[in-house]
Amino acid sequence: MKTSIPISMLLATGLFALSLLSACTSVKPYQKNKLNDAEMTLSSRKAQKFEQSFQLYREGSSGANGGKSGGGCGCN
Amino acid sequence: MLFLGVLGANGQIKIKPIPSDTSNYQSRKLKIDEINLVSAYYNQNGNNSAVTGGIGTEKLTDFANTFDLQLSKLNKAGNKNTFLFELGVDHYTSASSDKIDPSTISSASMADTRVYPSLNWTHSNEKTGNSIGFTGSFSTEYDYQSLGAGFNLTRLSKDKNTQFDFKLQAFLDTWKVILPIELRAAASLGNGRESRSEGSSPRNSFSASFSLSQVINQRLQAMIMVEPAYQKGLLATKYQRDYFTDGSLRAETLPDQRYKLPIAARINYFASDQVIIRTYYRYFMDSWGIRAHTAEIEVPVKLTSFISLSPFYRYNKQTGTRYFAPYGQHDPSATYFTSDYDLSTLNSDFYGAGLRLAPPHGVFGWQHLNMLELRYGHYSRSTGLVSNIITLNLKVK
Repeated sequence: MKTSIPISMLLATGLFALSLLSACTSVKPYQKNKLNDAEMTLSSRKAQKFEQSFQLYREGSSGANGGKSGGGCGCN
Repeated sequence: MLFLGVLGANGQIKIKPIPSDTSNYQSRKLKIDEINLVSAYYNQNGNNSAVTGGIGTEKLTDFANTFDLQLSKLNKAGNKNTFLFELGVDHYTSASSDKIDPSTISSASMADTRVYPSLNWTHSNEKTGNSIGFTGSFSTEYDYQSLGAGFNLTRLSKDKNTQFDFKLQAFLDTWKVILPIELRAAASLGNGRESRSEGSSPRNSFSASFSLSQVINQRLQAMIMVEPAYQKGLLATKYQRDYFTDGSLRAETLPDQRYKLPIAARINYFASDQVIIRTYYRYFMDSWGIRAHTAEIEVPVKLTSFISLSPFYRYNKQTGTRYFAPYGQHDPSATYFTSDYDLSTLNSDFYGAGLRLAPPHGVFGWQHLNMLELRYGHYSRSTGLVSNIITLNLKVK
C-alpha cells in the first residue's frame, strides 16, 4: 500500500480510545434502560441502508459504517 | 426462489404474540423474530456524467426495496441459532447509461433491475452474548454478477459493557465489459448487429472489519471501527469516456488494485428523556489518493414515548483521486484516467429528518406492525449534483 496513515490520525484515534476507557464507569444491567433505548444503538438505522448505498456510488469513500466497503455491485 | 424455499420450509410458522413469561421455560421452536421491509425512492440530477466524459446529464432514478426475515431457534444447550434471510430488488433508470450507445432507442442499461438475496446464520450463546456466524450472498444485474461470503464474530465482556466485533467479507464479482459505441471493435454478430460486450472481467473485493463498542456511563456509549479493504480486477467502468487534450477519446482506465482504509467512531448520548444525540465521524484514505472526512449528527427528539422526530445532517469533504481530470483535460501520456466526478475533489451536504412510530399496541392499531419509520433526505454536492431520497421502513414482530 502506497499510502501511510498520518501520525496525527493514529494519535487522535489512540487518544480517543484512551479517553473513552479512562472515562468508563461500571454500568450494571439494571442501569441500562437509557442505553437500551432503540435510538441509542451503535449502528446505522435500517432506514439508512439506501442512503449509504447512494453515498457509496456518489463519493469515493466507503466502509466502517456498517454498510459495504465496495464490491457486490457495480459501484466504486 | 430461495425466498420461496425458506417460506416453504417454514410454512407452519405463524406470528404469535409472545406471552408474558412466568417460568424459565423457553420455546425451542423456530420462531419469527422480526420482518423488515425497507423501500426507498431516489432521484438525482447533475451535469457531469462520466459516461459522456464528465459532461452531460446525470439524471437517474432508483426504486430500491429489501425484505428481511429473521428467524431464531434455541437448542437444548440454550444457545440460539438465528437465520436472517434478505431479498433486495432495485430498479433504476439512468439517462447517462443510454449514452453508451446513443444509436439504440433504449439500451439495456438505460433501465435495469438488480436482485440480491442473502442468508446469514449466527450461533450465539444467550448467557455470554458471544456469537459466530456466516453469510452467503448473490447479486445479479444486466452487466454485473456477484457472489459474496462473510464471517462474523462477536465477543462480549463479562459485564457486557465492552463488545468486540470482527467481520470478514469477500465479493467475487464478474463485470461484463461494455465499451462506448465509438470504441467497440466491429465484431459482427452476423445479423447486422455489433456485439455490445468485450467479454467479462473479474473484480474481487475483500474486507475485514474490527469494531470495539464501550459503555462509558449510564447515558453514553461509543464505538471505534476500522475496516481495511482490498479490491483487485477491473476497477474502472469501461463504458465511461475520457477526452484528452489532443482531442482523442479512450475508455476509463484505472489501476487494477485498490486499498482502502476507513477509520470511524460513533458516540451516542442520551441527553434527556426527550433528546438523544447520535454522532458519527469517519476518516477515509485509499491507494488512489482519495482522502475524505465524513461527519454526521442526528438528534432524535421524543415527541411522546413512542413517536420520535430525528433531524440529521451529514457533511463530507473529499480530496479526489490523482487520476481525475475534467472533460478534455487529460494528459495523452497518462496511464490511468477518469472523468468520474464521484472520485473528484468535492464536498457534500446531506440533511433531512426521520419520523419513527413505535406504539406499544402497534402502528395504526395493528399489533404486529411494531415500528414505522419514514425518512427524507436532500443531498447536494459541490459539483452541482443534487438528489433526494425518501425511505420507508416497516417492522413486523
